[in-house]
Amino acid sequence: MKVLVPVKRVVDANVKVRVKADGSGVDTDNVKMAMNPFDEIANEEAIRLKERGVASEVVAISIGPAKCSETLRTALAMGADRAIHVLTEAEVQPLAVARILKAIVEREQPGLVLMGKQAIDDDSNQTGQMLAGLLGWPQATFVSRLEIMEGEAEAGREVDEGIEVIRFRLPAVVTVDLRLNEPRYASLPNIMKAKRKPMDQLTPEELGVDTTPRLRYLEVQEPPGRQAGVKVASVQELVAKLKEEAGVI
Amino acid sequence: MAVLVLAQHDNRVLDPAVLHVVTAARQLREEVDLLVAGRDAGEVAKAAAAVAGVRRVLHAEHEAYADPVAEDLTPLLLRLMEGYDYLLAAATTFGKNVLPRVAALLDSAQISDIVEVLGPDRFKRYIYAGNALATVESADDKRVLTVRTTAFEAAPAEGGAAEIVAVEPAEPTGLARFLRREVHRSERPELTSARIVVSGGRGIGSAENFRILEELADVLGAAIGASRAAVDAGFAPNDWQVGQTGKIVAPELYLAVGISGAIQHLAGMKDSKVIVAINKDEEAPIFQVADYGIVGDLFKIVPELTEEIRRARAA
Repeated sequence: MKVLVPVKRVVDANVKVRVKADGSGVDTDNVKMAMNPFDEIANEEAIRLKERGVASEVVAISIGPAKCSETLRTALAMGADRAIHVLTEAEVQPLAVARILKAIVEREQPGLVLMGKQAIDDDSNQTGQMLAGLLGWPQATFVSRLEIMEGEAEAGREVDEGIEVIRFRLPAVVTVDLRLNEPRYASLPNIMKAKRKPMDQLTPEELGVDTTPRLRYLEVQEPPGRQAGVKVASVQELVAKLKEEAGVI
Repeated sequence: MAVLVLAQHDNRVLDPAVLHVVTAARQLREEVDLLVAGRDAGEVAKAAAAVAGVRRVLHAEHEAYADPVAEDLTPLLLRLMEGYDYLLAAATTFGKNVLPRVAALLDSAQISDIVEVLGPDRFKRYIYAGNALATVESADDKRVLTVRTTAFEAAPAEGGAAEIVAVEPAEPTGLARFLRREVHRSERPELTSARIVVSGGRGIGSAENFRILEELADVLGAAIGASRAAVDAGFAPNDWQVGQTGKIVAPELYLAVGISGAIQHLAGMKDSKVIVAINKDEEAPIFQVADYGIVGDLFKIVPELTEEIRRARAA
């Protein structure tokens, strides 16, 4: 079974992002970039499936500017077998990403697409569900437990009420949550080896996908702030304030 | 045209999240209809019809809707959406799972987790884990939106008199099925709708130590939450997690105990009315958003606070 893993290049999770003064977006110049953490977990899971003999090949995909090849090299260094870079300088929104991935699925015929439940930049949490819908495939979202069986799979999904267990047919789209696994670090020999692994380059046009943004981001602002309050010296003072000043207990 | 709201429920009770979505929906159109797809969900349909501001309740019954998977709700929603120009659901794991699948097949670019309706085509939503607030415009004929429930008041649960219309279910796809739910049983209020939330972070130190928070929560009648650090460390189950990747809460009182205040946690609770922080590190970022802070050892402060509140309550 071939597994496709879409990976997104995003601002590193440890960077405190800054809103541009002109309201046009978030400053990404000279900011450290990294693989979307949820996608890293998806890639790790795919590699483990291969190590267990469940998957035969792991193919990483990234959509975006030239620098996305770095993110793909990271995926290859972790253990993916080859990479596909869909090169575009333009902004690509979730529905267009899903369409590009659908076109690649049709070429590659994987048994499973494993991807992050959301990207930590736009926080949309849409692409996996959209891809599954467009393909008419089952979807297992927010997965923290995954078992592949003959022609089907079982997943534990992290839902608001706890864990929901579903069974679904393969091929399918699985989006992963934080607790599925802990991604490995790439070793130096594997980083060197990754440089020689194949990376194909395509464009959205070659895949016949129109990526014109459908949503317009008119303005990006600083979120409304919250004033720091007071420090109190004792529990008695705190309870008095909560009771009399704030009136919440 | 009108708004269709996908209602979330457990076949017995209408989820309170729906009331908040109705408020957002009414800011878009006068005509707001609710879809109740369930099994033996007549009581839910009745409750939905009583919500103020609802025009009509579409009630679809099928065995497959007892615990419906997105694959089986999608064909039903696609058929019904012929008569609507908006599809809304709460930005809960239920809504987040179903709506994008429908949106893609409607050729609509969904807008997730809206916190404000600026006009028929303009919305505000947070990006970058709450570090930036974006104004987004959609040019689609049919708009699909998930709604952050804490950003909209609840519509009154009573006072409406909507008609209930039975609609044909869609044929199940057989692609996926629900097996079971592993729920952490609790007598406490539900995290996202609780009036008071007591949350613990990495500073709590162990799963056993959460016991002291439980005692505090008990005297306050509060729900218990946790930071991602505490959940990742195995101190608390994941469904207690408050933050960008967990639950978004906005109670009247939020007590953050041993929580440093990582951005992603703040994103999940900073709209709380009153925030109290208890932390031994006076430089912890949580104090920058707290109305009241105490610097000190939480293992001394929390039991003392529990006792003091018990006394204040008794007085």
